[in-house]
Amino acid sequence: MFATRPEFRPATVEVLVDGQPLSVPEGASAAAALLLAGLAASRETPVSGAPRLPYCMMGVCFDCLAEIDGVANRQACMVTVRPGMRIAPQCGARLAGTAA
Amino acid sequence: MKEFDLAIVGAGPAGMSAALEAAGLGLSVLVLDEQPAPGGQIFRGVERAAGDPALAGEYAVAGALLARRFRAMPNIDYRPETTVWHIDAEAGLLSLRGPRGGGMARAARILLATGAQERPVPVPGWTLPGVMSAGAAQIMLKQAGAVPEGRLVLAGQGPLMWLLAAQLARAGKPPALLLETTPRGALRRALARGGLWRGRAMLAKGAALLWEARRSGMKVVSGVRGLRAEGEGRVRRVAWEGGATECGVLLLHEGVIPSTHVSRALGLEHEWDEAQLCWRPVLDGWGASSAPRIAIAGDGGGIGGWQAAVEAGALAALDAAHRAGRLDAAARDRRAAPHRAALGAALALRPFLDALHAPSPAVLAPPEDATLVCRCEEVTAGQVRQAARLGATGPNQVKAYLRAGMGPCQGRMCGATVAALVAETRGIPVREAGVLRPRAPYKPITVGELADLPEEEPA
Repeated sequence: MFATRPEFRPATVEVLVDGQPLSVPEGASAAAALLLAGLAASRETPVSGAPRLPYCMMGVCFDCLAEIDGVANRQACMVTVRPGMRIAPQCGARLAGTAA
Repeated sequence: MKEFDLAIVGAGPAGMSAALEAAGLGLSVLVLDEQPAPGGQIFRGVERAAGDPALAGEYAVAGALLARRFRAMPNIDYRPETTVWHIDAEAGLLSLRGPRGGGMARAARILLATGAQERPVPVPGWTLPGVMSAGAAQIMLKQAGAVPEGRLVLAGQGPLMWLLAAQLARAGKPPALLLETTPRGALRRALARGGLWRGRAMLAKGAALLWEARRSGMKVVSGVRGLRAEGEGRVRRVAWEGGATECGVLLLHEGVIPSTHVSRALGLEHEWDEAQLCWRPVLDGWGASSAPRIAIAGDGGGIGGWQAAVEAGALAALDAAHRAGRLDAAARDRRAAPHRAALGAALALRPFLDALHAPSPAVLAPPEDATLVCRCEEVTAGQVRQAARLGATGPNQVKAYLRAGMGPCQGRMCGATVAALVAETRGIPVREAGVLRPRAPYKPITVGELADLPEEEPA
């Protein structure tokens, strides 16, 4: 959904988005990585399962909630990418008795 | 626990300016900011991105200079990537979550410089992937140098729309279309507010952006009403009264409102601002709030833009120094004079801008019942109207009825809309519907982070 301009941001960091390696500009947020990965959705809502992608990118809307390095419900727009970071979509509600 | 003369929440223009002024007067200063680098939203990522030609102008010059001065100033304990999730206003205690876990700090005075958020634009389809706020796209440009792919449509109004259009054009991705929602007749009403001569520099800057954006080939449709995003699983089309077009990415914007989440959670006195159609904390001329220890500077105290924020930050710092016994009242007032003059100049054009870009009633209270207003709990405008008919008197009651405002964003995105819908349904002014009262933690924390907090120290 977004394209980088490597001529202006040459330095990159390798992360894993939904298990796939992706090179993103240094200083980008995990939410930016989700958008640059071109996922159809980075989240399905707990209420209706509707697809969402990050909306505000500034810590307000919480639509970028993602699992980052194994911790669920992180605000991906407030987390800066680091080498090897694992960023994974969240699907629906977590049900009691199932694995996180 | 470390103790400070002044703790500042937010490292945008107001926070940086306050820190510089306070540290310069010898105060010990703590600056807490969620971002990894100073700048706030307006100068986000400026240290890294100032060389990007797409961001040339104020951002690259004034923003970079402010960040450089902030970094170079000793006596500022600057903690990036740190969230303040609770403030005890009486004790001056701040609960923090940083890159190395939880912590606490104590300060004689606390300055909230939490800035603004974009006003929610609840149109049908605004939750579809591919629909974002205009500010979000600008952040993608600032922090990642990235531009939207596919046919790009901007919808809404305000100075940011034109700035973003010009920046994206410079970045090689001019928007195809701007659907401008400024109502016909707004310009006439705005001109009557005056301030044009005093605000002429800002006006000229705006006119230059307008010209630059139009020159890039962006088409503009004016007086747009009835906006809606359409598509299955993602946005494919944007429609309005009398038109529709394909779109790959739709960016919405109806101006900004003060970020009052923390100030409301603290129970500070707020007032409804009829000109800016938002709540703002009640402040004196130094930014002091209704709570003895708490001050507010910048857009969080009322929208004024970054230049006003810089001056308000300095004024709040002077007052903090005075209260700490470092400056007598006469010295404080003397030092304040140039900041007050600059603040007045920075605000000169504001009444014109407020009138020109006042959101339409349909933005404040979406007319279609099926439109989602609470993105987290997926509550529609119709449900909120129904709750109001059943007796909900304001957003705090609607939260109990419908969970609107109970999701992870804690009502940051729906609070204003819910209040406007209740007011409309009950036939009362929005100010009488009241405002959501959020509670700590202001941002989610893990149980582990809570458990990590230091033990209470004996008094």
